[in-house]
Amino acid sequence: MKSTSMLRRAALCAFAAIATLASVGAAAADEITGAGSTFAQPIYTRWAEAYAAQGGDSLNYQGIGSGAGITQVINRTVDFGATDASVTPDRQAANHLMQFPTVIGAVVVSVNIPGVDGNSLKLTGALIGDIYLGRVRMWNDRRIAALNPGVTLPALAIAPVYRADASGTTSIFTNYLSAVNLAFGTTTGAGSSVSWRAGVGAPGNAGVAGAITNTRGAIGYVEYAYVAENHMQAVQLQNRSGAWIRPTVESFAAAAAQAPWANSPNQDASMINTAGATSWPIVAATYVDVPTNPTDAGRAAKLFQFFDWAWKNGQSQVDALHYISLPAAVQNRARQRWCAVQANGRPVFSGCH
Amino acid sequence: MSSVAFENSRRFHFGEALFRTLLYVSAGVVIVTLSAILLILYLSGQHAFQHFGPAFLWLDQWDPVRDLYGAAAPIVGTLASSAIALLIAWPLGFGIAYFLTETCPRPLRTPLGVAVELLAAIPSIVYGMWGFFVLAPVMGESIEPWLASTFGWLPPLPSEDNPLWWWFQGAPVGVGLLTSGVVLAIMILPFIAATTRDVLLTTPQLLKDGGYAMGATRWEVVTGIVIPAVRGSLFGAVFLGLGRALGETMAVTFVIGNANRMPDSFFAPTASISSIVANTFPEADAGSMKLAALFALGFILFVVSFVVLALARLLLRQGRMAA
Repeated sequence: MKSTSMLRRAALCAFAAIATLASVGAAAADEITGAGSTFAQPIYTRWAEAYAAQGGDSLNYQGIGSGAGITQVINRTVDFGATDASVTPDRQAANHLMQFPTVIGAVVVSVNIPGVDGNSLKLTGALIGDIYLGRVRMWNDRRIAALNPGVTLPALAIAPVYRADASGTTSIFTNYLSAVNLAFGTTTGAGSSVSWRAGVGAPGNAGVAGAITNTRGAIGYVEYAYVAENHMQAVQLQNRSGAWIRPTVESFAAAAAQAPWANSPNQDASMINTAGATSWPIVAATYVDVPTNPTDAGRAAKLFQFFDWAWKNGQSQVDALHYISLPAAVQNRARQRWCAVQANGRPVFSGCH
Repeated sequence: MSSVAFENSRRFHFGEALFRTLLYVSAGVVIVTLSAILLILYLSGQHAFQHFGPAFLWLDQWDPVRDLYGAAAPIVGTLASSAIALLIAWPLGFGIAYFLTETCPRPLRTPLGVAVELLAAIPSIVYGMWGFFVLAPVMGESIEPWLASTFGWLPPLPSEDNPLWWWFQGAPVGVGLLTSGVVLAIMILPFIAATTRDVLLTTPQLLKDGGYAMGATRWEVVTGIVIPAVRGSLFGAVFLGLGRALGETMAVTFVIGNANRMPDSFFAPTASISSIVANTFPEADAGSMKLAALFALGFILFVVSFVVLALARLLLRQGRMAA
């Protein structure tokens, strides 16, 4: 008798526990869930806060890295995956995904050379490529001095810093170096993590920023926001037109305007080393991938409403975090693509007719 | 009456059997978990083992762009940083242990012992941050340049024409093989000191007294009596520290430099097995060769650690039998 009553009590407890878990699950089911790019994490998080403050649906975004974000959306464990490296049309089709760009960011090159103002230092992409190949090892190298007449460069070893983790920022930076330095393209190549020939790795944008400020003679690449927020020194780069460009939001926007968006059916026009006299050479968009056959049409609709709202009302957050908005024409083309996401034969986004 | 007694004894037997089963299950859980982890690591890494063959062990490339992976650099990085840690921590740990057991004034013994053990309680992330923000700049600006100017004349190995190992040359960046060895040394010091202290305490007092009675100095007693008496166990203590150093992830990731290349000097940034897994695991796509290679690395680390621990047990037991 006693054991039966105990069993019953245990069963009751278990039932109560399951009921509690289920109710938590139900609460979470209303949230839009996303995962991926850490490059885009600050802006998605800030947009989500502002959207929720205006009574919008809540968004739960986990910055777990671009590759992991795509894996999650392929497994349908999140509503969208966010990536800095565009997913190829073939892979999108194979996994029933639809991709669109959301916002644009820039990568800048920061240095720490005692006695030298990094903001006025001039470097070319080809030279930076050789530094990361271990071919240019000292700051007083003749090639660096030739670009910077009047600057006294110390006889200090160059310490290149790169991202230790696989990163969208690395992908953007190595795509740029491969485009402007043939040897870099053939030996190291472009990717979210590559086989660096020289230098040290630090984890995350923040880790690279820390390693640069920590190490005399360091050079490294970080997302622009980290340089702007931490008052670090960012070098001037020579763009495709031969002009020396300082990293500013205006020069990023100039690059975005130059990108061949209209000729890019996958909406992933390259903004690396674009033409234009005032373009910053290392600019890239970050992307969101959503299933074309959503498991929950309601949440997919909310997701599109969120980005629609963000593009219309999120400019102040974009400015505060030093990103730049997509050109309006690109946003409108992306909205048309959303109509491909359908449930019961009808688009889930209310803007489609 | 008798039926009650019978009832009791039956209940007793039932309880006994239940208890025995529970014990078997608890012990079995450990074995099953261990073998399951080993099996999963092997099966998940099988793709890499098959694709690269045994060359996986000595290929020193880690190139995600070309999908070429070899374990040599992280294996060397792991073993070398742990070896440096041992070289620093072993004499220090023995010194601490001997001081605590023999020469330390009694009132100081407990506070000193606790201080050493507290080193073991510091979370590894704290060691990593300290190593990165405090130790690395000191290493880069003072210690490494001094080492370079003092020992820079050492000829590279194996020869000038074919240099693979430069000793103390190269850019003093502050993070790298040597710095991670130093951080690891501090981390394993309490393990080595505590185990060595316990081992030293097992030296029969009679032997030591005999030595002193024959007019031996303290040094002669240590080298001639204490160390020979507990030799095996001393190695065991070191291997326990080594086991911890091999698998340490967080602190090493901060200070080893995370360069997936073979180290060519004490200053060179390199990678350890655990740092490479921690850094690249989150973005390794499901089903990719990279993920398989990471699992294969995990399997190798498991096997290496297992061998080290087995050696430690063997040596500790020998020491106990000798004593």
